[in-house]
Amino acid sequence: MTVREAVAAVTRALTDELVVCTTGFISRDACAAADRPGNFYMIGSMGLAPAIGLGLAVTRPSRRVVVFDGDGALLMALGTLAMAAQWKPKNFYHVVFDNEAYASTGHQPTPTREVALDAVAAASGYARVARVESVPALTEALAPWLAAPGPAFLLVKCARDAAAPSGRIPHAPPAITQRVMQAAGASA
Amino acid sequence: MPPAAAPANPTDEALAALTSERFTFFTGVADSLVGPLIARLSEGSSPRYRPAVREDTAIGFAAGAYLAGGWPCVLMQNSGLGYCLNALTSLNLIYQIPTLLIVGYRGYQRHDADAPEHLVMGRACEQLLTTIGVPVHVPAPGALPGAIHAASQWMREHRTPSAVLVRPDVLGGHTA
Repeated sequence: MTVREAVAAVTRALTDELVVCTTGFISRDACAAADRPGNFYMIGSMGLAPAIGLGLAVTRPSRRVVVFDGDGALLMALGTLAMAAQWKPKNFYHVVFDNEAYASTGHQPTPTREVALDAVAAASGYARVARVESVPALTEALAPWLAAPGPAFLLVKCARDAAAPSGRIPHAPPAITQRVMQAAGASA
Repeated sequence: MPPAAAPANPTDEALAALTSERFTFFTGVADSLVGPLIARLSEGSSPRYRPAVREDTAIGFAAGAYLAGGWPCVLMQNSGLGYCLNALTSLNLIYQIPTLLIVGYRGYQRHDADAPEHLVMGRACEQLLTTIGVPVHVPAPGALPGAIHAASQWMREHRTPSAVLVRPDVLGGHTA
């Protein structure tokens, strides 16, 4: 399972969630899977996706917030796991696509071959933690995982994607902000 | 002879300014200079202040609150600005996500010259923020509410962050 396949599988399971997509190929794969107005595509500030998602979740408790994170990005701000456990937003769903590499910059390795991020999330205090390693397992896990309360963590172990990367995000950053605010019901 | 009016409490005045500017979301990382403000925002059974683990994480947390319709404020010490540079430049400033930064001004005019860790950022922080496009207010004692109003006005007009640096003599916090 590549990150691209995993992102597409999760996207198919979504309805009206707000989704924060981390920097790099994960945002591009999310946009390629479905350019949802509720997708916040990050092109910078790597590592801050779960923090942004938490801000959305605690401010708008009536909406489910999903974070599309990567292993390298999560490791950049691992302390954010403690914040999720502290605020315990029931509407917060943290998906980590873990390909054990910084894929967007040439697949340099991250330490997650040795570090089990699902165990780290469990130790941090997430209400529910799951791990999947294939598209069928992911597809089967998603509906119940999204239906039960958070904060929930889903580790999706992925393989290297040899295909050409998905295209760049076609929206200017301020337009992304406006789209997400409208999708969130926030007056811009 | 009428009784003298009680001297205004600078923390009360700052809270009143934040309320009148309708700030709804407060996060940040501990600082002693802005500590009196953090303490007041942390009171009650559902405190308005939600601490973050690091200053750039606080910037992200606040950005999410803004996307959901909040009007965010991040409190920190100026040593945290280093961590925030990438968040401010590649999130807030390009996505037009405003945030009020209330920043303890450690090393202000070398007032704590016995704390070497404050001196370089104390010398550079105003210029650092101005250089990346975040306007800076350095209010004198009594002028903090006016600076909060001006910063919020900038945020409304430009949809980008604005900073208020809090000198050691403004809120009565300490730099230990």
